[in-house]
Amino acid sequence: MKQIRNFSIIAHIDHGKSTLADRLIQYAHLVDDRQFRDQILDTMDIERERGITIKSQTVNLPYTSKDGNEFELNLIDTPGHVDFSYEVSRALASCEGVLLLVDASQGVEAQTLANLYAAMENNLVIIPVINKIDLPSADIDRVKDEIEHELGLDAESALLCSAKEGTGIEDIFEAIVERIPPPSGNTENPLTALIFDAQYDSFRGTIVSCRVFDGVVHPGDTIRLMAMGSTHKVEEVGIFRLKMEPEKELSAGEVGYIIASIKTVSDTRIGDTITLDTNPAARLLPGFKEVKPVVFSSIYPIASDDYHSLADALEKYKLNDAALVYQKDSSAALGHGFRCGFLGLLHLEIVQERLEREFDQSIIMTSPSVQYRFLLSDGSTVIIDNPTYYPDPTEIEKSYEPYIRASIMIPERYVGLVIKLCMDRRGVNSHLNYPTAGRVEIAFDMPLAEVIFDFYDKLKSITQGYGSFDYEIIDYRESDLSKLDILVNGEKVDALSTIVHRDRARERAVNACEKLRDEIPRQQFKIAIQGAIGGKIISRSTITPFRKDVTAKCYGGDISRKRKLLEKQKKGKKRMKIVGSVEIPQSAFMAVLKTDNE
Amino acid sequence: MSSNPGLYVHVPFCKTKCPYCDFYSITDLSLMDAWLKALKHEAAIYRDEFSAFDSLYLGGGTPSLLSYQQMETLKDILRTHFDFTPDVEITIEVNPDDMTREKLKFLESMGVNRISIGVQSFNDEVLTFLKRRHTASVAEKAIDLIRLCGFSNFGIDLMYGIPGQTEDCWLETLRCALAFQPAHLSCYQFTLEERTPYGRLKAEGKLHPAGECEEKRFFLSTSDFLKSKGFIHYEVSNFAKTQKRESRHNKKYWQHIPYLGLGPAAHSFKNGMRWWNHRSVERYCQALTAGEKPVEASETLSPEQLRLERLFLGFRTKGGVPLDDVSGNPKYDSTLSRLKQSRHVTVRKNRIIPTQKGYLIADRLPLMFFD
Repeated sequence: MKQIRNFSIIAHIDHGKSTLADRLIQYAHLVDDRQFRDQILDTMDIERERGITIKSQTVNLPYTSKDGNEFELNLIDTPGHVDFSYEVSRALASCEGVLLLVDASQGVEAQTLANLYAAMENNLVIIPVINKIDLPSADIDRVKDEIEHELGLDAESALLCSAKEGTGIEDIFEAIVERIPPPSGNTENPLTALIFDAQYDSFRGTIVSCRVFDGVVHPGDTIRLMAMGSTHKVEEVGIFRLKMEPEKELSAGEVGYIIASIKTVSDTRIGDTITLDTNPAARLLPGFKEVKPVVFSSIYPIASDDYHSLADALEKYKLNDAALVYQKDSSAALGHGFRCGFLGLLHLEIVQERLEREFDQSIIMTSPSVQYRFLLSDGSTVIIDNPTYYPDPTEIEKSYEPYIRASIMIPERYVGLVIKLCMDRRGVNSHLNYPTAGRVEIAFDMPLAEVIFDFYDKLKSITQGYGSFDYEIIDYRESDLSKLDILVNGEKVDALSTIVHRDRARERAVNACEKLRDEIPRQQFKIAIQGAIGGKIISRSTITPFRKDVTAKCYGGDISRKRKLLEKQKKGKKRMKIVGSVEIPQSAFMAVLKTDNE
Repeated sequence: MSSNPGLYVHVPFCKTKCPYCDFYSITDLSLMDAWLKALKHEAAIYRDEFSAFDSLYLGGGTPSLLSYQQMETLKDILRTHFDFTPDVEITIEVNPDDMTREKLKFLESMGVNRISIGVQSFNDEVLTFLKRRHTASVAEKAIDLIRLCGFSNFGIDLMYGIPGQTEDCWLETLRCALAFQPAHLSCYQFTLEERTPYGRLKAEGKLHPAGECEEKRFFLSTSDFLKSKGFIHYEVSNFAKTQKRESRHNKKYWQHIPYLGLGPAAHSFKNGMRWWNHRSVERYCQALTAGEKPVEASETLSPEQLRLERLFLGFRTKGGVPLDDVSGNPKYDSTLSRLKQSRHVTVRKNRIIPTQKGYLIADRLPLMFFD
C-alpha cells in the first residue's frame, strides 16, 4: 500500500503560504524549473494579482525520504481569507496534519490563532514553521516565544525556513513524513469521501475534489451525494499533479478528484459526503453545513439590453462558485438585475471582477448591505437585505441587525486608536487580552454592517499594517434603524439607498453627499445631490457643470492623440449607468458607504 | 466642397524655442540641407499616391527661416513629384522677426498666396513672457509689409488666457489685430503642454493655467467680439472674414479629407489610414538615406474610430456632424433633443451644428453618442 500523508498549510495572510507551496512543488520536481511559475497553485488571475488564494487547489507530491521510503504527500491548499472560513474547515477535515506558518518578523497574528483552533478542532498534528528567516527584521527568539506562549505549542518543534530563498525545505518534507500520521481508514468499509472543493470545467463538467476516508471508488461506480441525495455515474477518478492525472481508483486515505455526470456545481456542496449508491455509508461525515451569504448587493447590466447575457453569465459563474446565491431583482433607477448574496466583501469583489474579466460583462453593483430583521406591528417578522424593500416605518415595531464578534490582534501601541475605531463603528462589550508582552488581542461586539465595507482597510491603515482581524457572526440585536435615500437632481435613486443607524443618519447623509459629489463626473448641467430620511432632506451637495472643455488646437498630430484620449474615457464610461440624465459610475455605489471624513 | 488632398511640409527649424510650443522643431540649423535632401527622397516615395493637391501648407517650426535657395529647391521637389490644381492655396507660416519686403516679394514669386503670421500678442509684456523674438512694433511693421506687398489673404495667430493677461489686455490685442484687416484670425487658448518647458513648470506647480471660468470668459468674449466685427467662427479657435477665407488646408484635417505630411513628425491620412513620421530630424534623415519610409507608426481606423473622429472633429467646426452618425439608437435621440433644448447644438440640413455654447464643451459632446 502507498505511504500517504495528507496535509495543509495554514497561515495568516502574507506570511508566505503560496511561496512555500511553490517551493514544495519545485522540490518534488513536478515541473521543470523553466516552466515553473511562482505561486503555481493560484491559477486565477485575480488570485495572482491580489496574492490571495480564493479557491483551494490540491497537489500530489511524490517524496523519497532520507531513509529511502517512498511517499505520496497530498498538499491541500486552503483559501486565505476570513470570508472563506468554512472552505478552510473542510479542507482541514481532509488532512491529518498541518504546517502552521508564522512570519519570522511579524509573529503570531489573529488568523494564525483562528487557523490553529480550526486545526485543533480537527485533531490535526501541527508542525510550526517559522518562515522568512532571511528577513533582516526576523526575530526568531521572539516568534518562538509566541509559539510557545500564545499558541501553546512546543517551540522546539518549530522548523525554520525561508520559502523565498528555498532554505529548510527538506526538513519540512522529513517532518511531514515523520510527524504526521498516515491516514487511517479501511478499503473494505462502505465508501465515504469528503468533498472539500468543486470546480466547473466547460469540457469536463463538475470536478469534485475529495478526500476518501473509507472504501474505494472506481470509474463506472454510481455514487451518491448524501446531503443532496443525488446519484451520479463516475466517469473518471484521479489525482492532481498540477494537471489532472487519471487513476484506476481512489481508495481510503487518498486525495484526488472525481468526475461524474454532475451537471452543475450547485448540485455539489462543499462538506457533503460521497458514498456508493449500491453500498451506502450509514451517515454523513461530520461538519457539513450550508454556507450562508452575509453581504448582499444587486448586479445590473450597464446596458439594459444585456440583461439576458448577464443572466447567462451568472448561471455559468455559479457553476464555479457555489457560495454565490442570486435571484431576480429590479430597480426603478437601474432596471432589471439580480440580487446576490456573498460570503463577504472580498467574495463580492471577486465575483464582480470575474464577471467582468472572464464573462465580459459590463455591470454595476449597488451598495452592499447586510440582512436586517424587522418585527412589524401585525406581529410578523420580515427579513430585508435590500434597502428598496425597507418596510413602512410606521409599521415597524422593532428592528434588528446582525452582530459579529471581532477579534483584533495588534501591537500594544495602537490600542487607543483601534478602540476608538471600534467605538466609532458602534463596537460594544470590549475585551482586552495580553497574550504576550507588547501585543494585545482586542475583542468587540460590532454590527456587521459597520465592518463589511472599509473597516479592515481602516484598521490596517491606522496600525500601519500590523493589525489583523478575524470575526464570527454571533447574533441579531435590536437597533434603531432608518433608511437613507439619495436624490440626484430631485430624483430618488433607489439603488443608492442604504439602511443606517438613526444616530448616525445625519453624519452618513452628509458623507454620502460629499462622496457622491467627488465620484459622479461633472456634466454640462448642474447636478444636485440630496440625502433624505423619510422624505426629509438632511444633506445636500452640488456638482458644478463643465464651463469649458475643449482643447485649443486640433491638427495633424493632435487628432490621433485626442481620439485615444476619448477612447480611454469611453472605456471609463462603460462603468457608468445613466440614471435620468446623470451618469453614475460604479464607484459612487461604494462611495455612499465610505465613512471617512478625510 | 473640394475633396482634393492637401499637402503639408513640416519645416522643423527655429532660431530659438518658445517655452510653450509643442510642435516639433530644433535649433540646429546646420541640419537644414540634410532635411531638404531627405524630403526629396520622401516626396519620391509618395509620388503617385495622391491626386492633385489643392492646398499646400508650409508649417513648422519656422518655414520663413528657409533661404531663397532652399525655398527654390523645395519648390522644385514638390513640382517634380506632385500635381497641384490651378487654384491651389499655398500657405506659409512666418515669424514677424524675419519679414522683409524682399522676402515677401520672393514668396509671392514662388506662388505663395496665403500668409499666416505668428504674432501671439500685441502686448510687449506678454511677448516677453512667451519668449518671442519680436516686439509688438516689430509685428506691426511685419504685417504692414505683408499688406504692402499685396497679400490680402493673410491670417494672424494669437493666444489668450496667458498667465498675467487680463481680458482687457487680450481685447486690446484683438483690436490691434483687426486694425490690419486680416482675412483670418486663429485665437488659441494658451495651453501648458506636457512636453514643453512651461508644461514642466506647471507640473512643478510653478505655473498655473487659467481657471475654467476665466477660460470660458475669454472664449466667449473673443467669439462675441469677432462675430460683431463680421468674422465667422468656423472652428473652435479659428475665425475667417468670409467663408472663402477659411483655411482650405486646415479644414481637410477636420473633414477626413486625405492629406500628405512631409517632414519629421508630420502626419498623413488616406483611406482610413493615418501614419506619422519620426519626431527627430536625425531619424527622419537616416530612414530616408537607408531607402526606408521615415514612418514611426501608422494606424488603420475602424468604422467605430472613424465615427468617433467625425464626431469630435465635427463638434469643433461650424459644419458639425452628420445626423446619420447619431441615428439608429433611441438613447442618442433623447441625448440630441436634450442638447437641442439646452442650446448646445442645432440641427440644420441633416447636420448637428454646435452653437457657441456647444463649442465651449466640444470635447464633452462626442461621447454622449457612444454607449
